[in-house]
Amino acid sequence: MVPLVYFQLLSAGLFAIGMYGVLARRSAVLIIMSIELMLNAVNINLIAAASHLEGVGRFAGFDGQIIAIFVITVAAAEVGLGLAIILRIYRNRGTVNVDEIHLMKW
Amino acid sequence: MSWFLFTILAVLTLGGGLGVVLTRNVVHAALLLLVSLMAVAGIYLILLAEFLALVQVLIYGGAIIIVLLFAIMLTRSDEYPRIGDNRQWPLAAVAALALLGVLSAAFWIRSPQDTQIQSPAFADLGNSLFTRWAIPFEVASLVLLVALIGAIIIAQSKGEER
Repeated sequence: MVPLVYFQLLSAGLFAIGMYGVLARRSAVLIIMSIELMLNAVNINLIAAASHLEGVGRFAGFDGQIIAIFVITVAAAEVGLGLAIILRIYRNRGTVNVDEIHLMKW
Repeated sequence: MSWFLFTILAVLTLGGGLGVVLTRNVVHAALLLLVSLMAVAGIYLILLAEFLALVQVLIYGGAIIIVLLFAIMLTRSDEYPRIGDNRQWPLAAVAALALLGVLSAAFWIRSPQDTQIQSPAFADLGNSLFTRWAIPFEVASLVLLVALIGAIIIAQSKGEER
């Protein structure tokens, strides 16, 4: 049986990788992929906690798994909308490099 | 046995994730993301969350990766190999490692010991989703509907016939 802490460490690692991707990448599509990694890290954490802590204290009803379903829903909406915006920007400006999209940057 | 599977899946998850943020080829990044996400589905199976594993494979493997690949193909240009990382990448690495250190320390110190993995019945999960969580569920479906209509309107060309 794997203790809860190792799942939490895995989720921390995946989140840190995703954060590096968001901060360091310049292609908008790759930034969206990194955000997906971060959302998955959160989901691992939620589901590990839900499975391990059911019945401990006030944890009941596997709420973590249900919140994870909502996170997946929001991730799907985010990908759809984000990619539509990227396609629009690509059509208007011919690039997906976020460093060159600075029209509204002060 | 579960340790063995956990180690393999954790290595696949983290390796795929590292590949996504380090590779220079965007299509390879999408495929490595698929590897990472499917390994996460395996992690859900170790945690006895079968429904979530199913949803993960369906939504991420079946839908999100395909949409991402479509976007990559539609925005394909010669500039992709040229768009590398920006100049702040050492700073980003330091920030990510610092976050990893803080989170790991917190989890290592405060994580509860001696807990058992339990699994919900499918029926209980469904009951809970449609009773206690009914309003968030409806709001989530509304969010999805609005987001997708918005995506269609944003992505559509200006001169196109409706």
